[in-house]
Amino acid sequence: MSLGQRVSSDHQLTRLLQIGVVLEEVVESRAAHHLDSLPPAERDALDEEVRELLEEAAAESADHRERLEALIDELDADTVSYEEINALVDARYGPPEDTDGVLYDQLANEETAYKFYDDLIEAIEASEGEFAIDRDRLLETLYDIREEEKEGVEEVTEIMERRA
Amino acid sequence: MNTADQYLKAIYLAQRIEDGPASTGTLADILEVSPASVNEMVGKLEDRGLVDHEKYKGASLTEEGLERAHDALQTYCIIERFLANVLEVEEFREEARALESVIDDTVAERLDTIIDRPGECPDCFDPERDYCERLEAGTDGGAD
Repeated sequence: MSLGQRVSSDHQLTRLLQIGVVLEEVVESRAAHHLDSLPPAERDALDEEVRELLEEAAAESADHRERLEALIDELDADTVSYEEINALVDARYGPPEDTDGVLYDQLANEETAYKFYDDLIEAIEASEGEFAIDRDRLLETLYDIREEEKEGVEEVTEIMERRA
Repeated sequence: MNTADQYLKAIYLAQRIEDGPASTGTLADILEVSPASVNEMVGKLEDRGLVDHEKYKGASLTEEGLERAHDALQTYCIIERFLANVLEVEEFREEARALESVIDDTVAERLDTIIDRPGECPDCFDPERDYCERLEAGTDGGAD
């Protein structure tokens, strides 16, 4: 058992980045599923704002995934493909009841991703070890992604407040 | 998962292994820390009403402590299942132990949306083998 947050090896770092990729794939897939799951009438009535939010979230996750994959590639490891994660999401997906449910799920996605990157950054900063990839570039990439997740949380919260 | 939750989980497992209060020695072995560290943390958990400690016998979870230990073990089961079944990691027990302090329970909840977990989880966790007795490693996916 490992007490205290620290990333102490390339192997552990790779594994955590792979988990980050899967989280992004889950966000991307769930956003796409939410759009598809709504009955046509409700899909048409879905606020332009909410539709744009889901489309942006899916695009942003794809972008984050590519940036993480570039780091993992340098660490000489693979990632689980989007198609495989999409199939796993599909197998267990239960659509939210309405648009508010979609927004809550999207908020949970963004908050979870933010928390994940925040913990990962803290654990890397707490480690004095060297990694096979440049530490500054690694942290800069993660800072950027964390910032975008924070903006995502704010964006969903604003939409929810406007709808309340 | 924070350090307190890791301790609560260890006490829960030690109580199941010993069928009684968790001794300091067993907790030190599970957590790979010194007995002095165990005593210090058990004291803190006792102050927070999560653990009862009886001298020369050991630590037992209170009702509130048991609830938190259950949640912590469930989070741990999710991490093990995710590593074994989605990333197809052979050494999933060792890796789960190394990663649990960095994976928050909210993150585990998201990962839980793509894994199959028995309804009775975490009661089917085998404390001797350190993984769920119903876990079949390596079914889908794979990143190794």
